[in-house]
Amino acid sequence: MKTRYILMTLLFAFCAVSYGQVKKGDVLIKNGTVITITDGTKENTDILIRDGKIQRIGKNLRTPRGVTEVDATGKFVMPGIIDAHSHIAGSAINEGTSQVTSEVSMEDVVNPLDVSIYRALAGGVTSIHLMHGSANVIGGQNETMKLRYGSTNPDDLRFEGAPRTIKFALGENPTRGGRARGIQPQSRMGVENMIRSSFTEALAYEKKWKAYNADKSARKVAPEYDLRMQTLVDILNGDIIVHCHSYRADEIYMLMKVFNDFNIPNIVFQHANEAYKVAPELAAFGASASVFADWWAYKLEVYYSTAYNATILQENGVMTSINSDSGELIRHLFHEAAKTQKYGNLSDDEALAMITLNPAKQLGIDKRVGSIEVGKDGDIAIFDNHPLSVYAIPQYTYIDGVKYFDINDDKPDQRIYINPESSIEEVQLFEKMDFSHRCMDGVARHYGANLFRHKH
Amino acid sequence: MKTLRINIIACLLALVPMFIMAQEDDQVLKARGGKFALTNAKIYTVTNGVIENGTLLINNGVIEAVGTNVRIPADAEVIDVNGKEIYPGMIDSGTTLGLAEISSIAEANDFREFGALTPQMQALTAVNPNSVAIPVTRVSGVTTVWTMPRGGILPGTAASINLFGYTPDQMDAGSKGIVMNFPSTAGGRRFRRLSAEERKKRQEKALKTVNDAWDKAELYASIENSDDVRSYPEIEALVPVVKGELTLFIEANAAKDILSAIEWVEKRGYKKVVLTGVSEGWRVADEIAKSGLSVITGPVQAVPTRQSDAYDAAYANPGVMAEAGIKVAIRTMEAENVRNLPYHAGFAAAYGMGREEALKAITINAAEILGVGDQLGSIEVGKKANFFVATGDPFETSTKITDLFIDGYKVPMTSRQIRLYDEFLNRNPSTDKTKPAVSIKKK
Repeated sequence: MKTRYILMTLLFAFCAVSYGQVKKGDVLIKNGTVITITDGTKENTDILIRDGKIQRIGKNLRTPRGVTEVDATGKFVMPGIIDAHSHIAGSAINEGTSQVTSEVSMEDVVNPLDVSIYRALAGGVTSIHLMHGSANVIGGQNETMKLRYGSTNPDDLRFEGAPRTIKFALGENPTRGGRARGIQPQSRMGVENMIRSSFTEALAYEKKWKAYNADKSARKVAPEYDLRMQTLVDILNGDIIVHCHSYRADEIYMLMKVFNDFNIPNIVFQHANEAYKVAPELAAFGASASVFADWWAYKLEVYYSTAYNATILQENGVMTSINSDSGELIRHLFHEAAKTQKYGNLSDDEALAMITLNPAKQLGIDKRVGSIEVGKDGDIAIFDNHPLSVYAIPQYTYIDGVKYFDINDDKPDQRIYINPESSIEEVQLFEKMDFSHRCMDGVARHYGANLFRHKH
Repeated sequence: MKTLRINIIACLLALVPMFIMAQEDDQVLKARGGKFALTNAKIYTVTNGVIENGTLLINNGVIEAVGTNVRIPADAEVIDVNGKEIYPGMIDSGTTLGLAEISSIAEANDFREFGALTPQMQALTAVNPNSVAIPVTRVSGVTTVWTMPRGGILPGTAASINLFGYTPDQMDAGSKGIVMNFPSTAGGRRFRRLSAEERKKRQEKALKTVNDAWDKAELYASIENSDDVRSYPEIEALVPVVKGELTLFIEANAAKDILSAIEWVEKRGYKKVVLTGVSEGWRVADEIAKSGLSVITGPVQAVPTRQSDAYDAAYANPGVMAEAGIKVAIRTMEAENVRNLPYHAGFAAAYGMGREEALKAITINAAEILGVGDQLGSIEVGKKANFFVATGDPFETSTKITDLFIDGYKVPMTSRQIRLYDEFLNRNPSTDKTKPAVSIKKK
């Protein structure tokens, strides 16, 4: 028993050390217009970051010895942007071999070499939610990351201590897969059934283990361990936040009823183009939505969209974030957030919360990031203009007080890995069906050509 | 006589339900033509500076007067736009708007025909005037687009269309052009698995197809009046380009392809040519400038073409080319989100092009490059009344468009997306508070 404690302590210490290896910085950002999100906007204000955490916010702070000073006079300082739906920095996106693949996790496919990470940093983004694709009803687990570009070790990019999340998918994507392979689901009825029966199976699995654990007999035999089922049990126990790819109002409503029946307290609806139609129900449930600013019409289930979606949700009391789901769009999420002032009249703070505090809440990391507050992580984006202006250009991006983007020190070639086999560099041309969208990436060809021609 | 009278009465009675039925939905708003005077406006003419406190008088679809000293006719409808700004309608010089309704559904897409050589395919024919995306687009101030066939080598004939009208002819903005995708050595997603050699082989093969077609077109042009020429529609469609009567729009993006395209044009000696795409124009801006060719570029909100490129290469591209002396227009290459045109221009403005030049890139430059510069692209007397009223700088995201005129019609500021907003912002019924359908028993 004692050895176990010692081992545990050692393990804990080891973990602490390995987390401790992530770089933490000290910096004083001086005299900026500080958009805190939670406590208004403060003119001519300084932010002191020590050992990666925001230590003080105030006017005329003294520069402690050994702390770098950054002049933010005339500049706008906001919390690092958080993208609640991303597929950059993933070397694989879909495990599409089964309609339920809760056993797989994006943590195994983090690619720290992806130059898209630097480009996102150059757009003020500090954290992303690297998501599994939408090819199956219950997909893999996602990975919440900090964009600590420069390390070749995937572990350095993990958002330490972030809650577990998992991808679900409703509607056209999983049903197309079902049709292509002649299996369930091929309709939204089948999607509901698949979720209900998976949870029911998981409850039976949990019951077996509970019985085993309660059994005092010496000759008891353990049930077979099943990671797929165990993950579903963890969802049922509220230990994993479900982020569900969804578009139509009816399927959004359906999942709330299913989760209600299984007593699962939290859902984040991803994309959710028709969430506006059931905004009062979402508010009553306490579900939230992570949406596009204006994407629509790329498939039938988003034909009846409106760019006012985020505004309608916000005005109905539904917590909402704006995501990119794209290696292109992630570079200007501040501009996507500004669209809530074209399609609606959200305040600056409401608009910016959609790319900072609200996604942080949806990922369960809001105690650490999402606003400029004492005690939070030193994840900061600094702009030359107000970030909601189309003319805003990101200047510096900090994570844990460490500078990862500086416009004055921006060499064009930011690759940290160059394929030694390629003598001539690839020129990737723009196509309407852009390679930066990867929701159905890696799905086998027999799924049908149309899958490859649509986004998300 | 009596029967006749009864018949007349019967006929009139039969008409009664028609009058009642004439408008079943009292929400429908229709466009109105006529004589309008917009007063107290800050008018961005684009070609003649900015007029403070100006009046814009339009009549019969045309701009009749503009300035600070305009006499307003008694029968004109006066619209006081005090504190607001007037701009010429924005022009997107590369879209599939009207041709593509829902991109994942083949049946809802009409911009791609079977075969690689189909220049006779007319985009204007397939434009759906009732596309839901058209009102969605125009309420953002985009009044004209270049809508184009895509795919293959010579996919068809593009057309400029105004975003209001009930038939393609009512929408026709007056110009057409042949689209050609210059054979490329670069790889998109479709070609990512091909080796450099395989790609080169593909490119050479495609280039041979291109040259064969144009050789035939030149021959066809030279023997056109002979009695013994059989109909050869795809070659016939190219003849106006050979004769310098129609513009050829050559899509080339990789630096190498841009240079090859320029060389090709010079060798062929065609008089009316525009380069489109031109993603890597910044690498060879001086060479393009020297060729004297105009450029349609975009999307601006795009990832760089190479992994080693600066993150802002695509944002900065239009500015670099304009600086080199190239006449530049900006396109979105979108269908449903052409409404983002001002933001593509805004990003170009922020990353080096400057606001004034970026505004030209989506107004007068676009109009001139598309061959409608005498009709569109600026607020000038005699030009078509295509313009919008905005609460401020149209590039700024929070700016709202308040009034819209296309072809002199005051077009209602509505779209399906706006109507959905109106219906669902405060839905009725909301939830039944006493009997919620879904309310979780929180743990």
